[in-house]
Amino acid sequence: MNQLLKISAVSLLTIGSFSAQAGIFHSDTLKDVQSKGSLTCGVSTGTPGFSSPDSSGHWSGVDVDVCRAVAAATLGDSNKVKFVPLTAKERFVALSSGEIDMLSRNTTWTHTRDTSLGLTFAGVNYYDGQGFMAKKSLGVNDVSELDGASFCIQAGTTTELNLADYFRSNKMSFKAVTYDTSAQTKAGFEAGRCDALTSDVSQLAGLRSTLKDPSSAVVLGNVISKEPLGPVVRKDDNTWLNIVRWSLNAMIEAEELGVTSATIDDASTSPGVQRLQGKSGKLNESLGLSKDWSRNIIAQVGNYGESFERNIGMSTPIQLPRGVNQLWIKGGILYAPAFR
Amino acid sequence: MFTKLKSLLYNNEVRAVLFQLLAVAVIAYFAYQAFDNLMLNIEQRGIRSGFGFLNDEAGFAVNDNFFLEYSPASTNLQAFYVGIVNTLMVAITGIFLASIIGLIIGIARLSNNYLIRKIATIYIEIFRNIPILLQILFWYSIALNALPSARNSINFFDTIFLNSRGLYLPKPVTGFELYIVLASFFIGVIGYVFIKKRSNKKHDETGIKTNTIPHFLGLVLLLPIVAYFVFGAQLEYPALKGFNFKGGIDLSIEFFALAFSLSVYTATYIAEAIRSGVESVDKGQKEAAAALGLKDSWAMRLVILPQALRVAIPPIINQYLNLTKNSSLAAAVGYTELVTIFSGTVLNVIGQAIEIITLTMLVYLTISLVISMILNIFNKKMQIKGN
Repeated sequence: MNQLLKISAVSLLTIGSFSAQAGIFHSDTLKDVQSKGSLTCGVSTGTPGFSSPDSSGHWSGVDVDVCRAVAAATLGDSNKVKFVPLTAKERFVALSSGEIDMLSRNTTWTHTRDTSLGLTFAGVNYYDGQGFMAKKSLGVNDVSELDGASFCIQAGTTTELNLADYFRSNKMSFKAVTYDTSAQTKAGFEAGRCDALTSDVSQLAGLRSTLKDPSSAVVLGNVISKEPLGPVVRKDDNTWLNIVRWSLNAMIEAEELGVTSATIDDASTSPGVQRLQGKSGKLNESLGLSKDWSRNIIAQVGNYGESFERNIGMSTPIQLPRGVNQLWIKGGILYAPAFR
Repeated sequence: MFTKLKSLLYNNEVRAVLFQLLAVAVIAYFAYQAFDNLMLNIEQRGIRSGFGFLNDEAGFAVNDNFFLEYSPASTNLQAFYVGIVNTLMVAITGIFLASIIGLIIGIARLSNNYLIRKIATIYIEIFRNIPILLQILFWYSIALNALPSARNSINFFDTIFLNSRGLYLPKPVTGFELYIVLASFFIGVIGYVFIKKRSNKKHDETGIKTNTIPHFLGLVLLLPIVAYFVFGAQLEYPALKGFNFKGGIDLSIEFFALAFSLSVYTATYIAEAIRSGVESVDKGQKEAAAALGLKDSWAMRLVILPQALRVAIPPIINQYLNLTKNSSLAAAVGYTELVTIFSGTVLNVIGQAIEIITLTMLVYLTISLVISMILNIFNKKMQIKGN
């Protein structure tokens, strides 16, 4: 009898704790990050210029810089980031399950992703588009000449859908060979499994430069889709969404104000710069951050332009022009909402 | 009253049932809580749920498609079916090849010839001990790099083409003539089975053996060919147009690489199962067969193998199931089977991981259960009757 009682008591307790778990729901990401003392950020498994580790395991890239900016804003140290490499398939589950605090992994902002996954896009840190790389021996200059061709694509990307859409609307036929990773896609293209490779334009130049013979392939001029890439957070935490969104905006605003990591601490009479330095205004309060949050971002990570030039600009092997990713005052579409 | 209840509680039978009921209740409660917790979280995070997405437009292209209608305008459900068919095709091809290779290697392993025996052993030791994923990638890159490009395809009489993208075969055009040819093939098969049965009966009764190979050739092969020439069924030949071959049947190189590596790998286990089966047959059986004057090959075919298979079939069933499940490694080489299409592309587009992964798992479960059911029936038939 005693034993029976004991067993019942233990099972009841277990069930009780199990049911109690159901009620707890984490939605204060800022508090979690600050009590952990580090930010867990989902990045790609290695996309040069956007997020890739070097030989000593140090991550860099424009996507990585967004993670670092958020860490600088919330923890005061841009190095307190734990990077979690994720494949295209894993990324959303990792975010919605709470494995990572934010996702910054060349992810296209689409209607479906924004509305049906329980996630929210916090902004755009790179305006991309889908382009093509073809074998030079084909003598092709335009996608419209690729009717009936085979394309190597990476699985689990919007690229697959855009390609099908484009060929359907132009009444052309095609074959898609879908690989799991970007490296396999490149290998398939090199081995002649497909006539052309299609991916985001930002990645084509990088992929071409890593071919055994880069001159054997040409990047076509066509761009067939809009691919606004940006950081993503869970939908249930509005404060956290604002922190990520405004960390990115602070970097863009700083470039517009002409403030760099070298000049952020210089005395300035401009009200805009003073707000960025945290010397005036109360932009920190509603975010629950310290007064110097935006100053830390610029001092430790730099403004948007610095991040761009350091990771993917003309002085890097990726050699991407600013293009539409230029500030709105310089002819691009990069525009941070009013920083006040 | 209380003492009666107490005595009831101490009754062994009552206690056994009580504890089992309690255990079931606890497990059911845990399952319910886990499910409830899940649904709550999904709702709170605003994630779409349900199976409505199956009727949405898929929007992506699929490389391998055997006989279903599919285009990017098809629904996710159709994409799901294409995935199932592709998984089944690679599994069936793999099982067929693995059985043949396995049987040959298994018997070779027991050969009296030193060289044959050693080659079989080396084959088994090499392919059994390398992870299957590496083998798939290895054979795929060999096929990709060794075969010529589309323009320099290996050409068999202008009807069959092989290049680094796949194998292109002529395809019969469906129509009246095709059905005549198919019908004559079936008539031939039925006729042959009838003749074979009669000759077996004659053999059992009189001991006179009739050679039925001419009957086989005449009925099963010649009859459809004659029907084909008389009625003239149309074939659609593949032809190089622009970048790729068009028309005919197109089997991708990914399909071959996957089916081949799965067969080569699984065959090693089947070979070992067959060897252990043959070794389990009592030595006296072989000696008795020799005493009756049976040739070695006859003794193997008529006496040893039927008894060996009884022992070998259960482990072979396991290997067939493993092969089917291993086919999900296709994602590595881009063969578009169920996991690649459904748990890959559709999952990424739709994002409803729970529904999609559940459906995928159910398909594998069903396939595995069906295979094991069929082979269990076969196994029962093979067992010694009345023993």
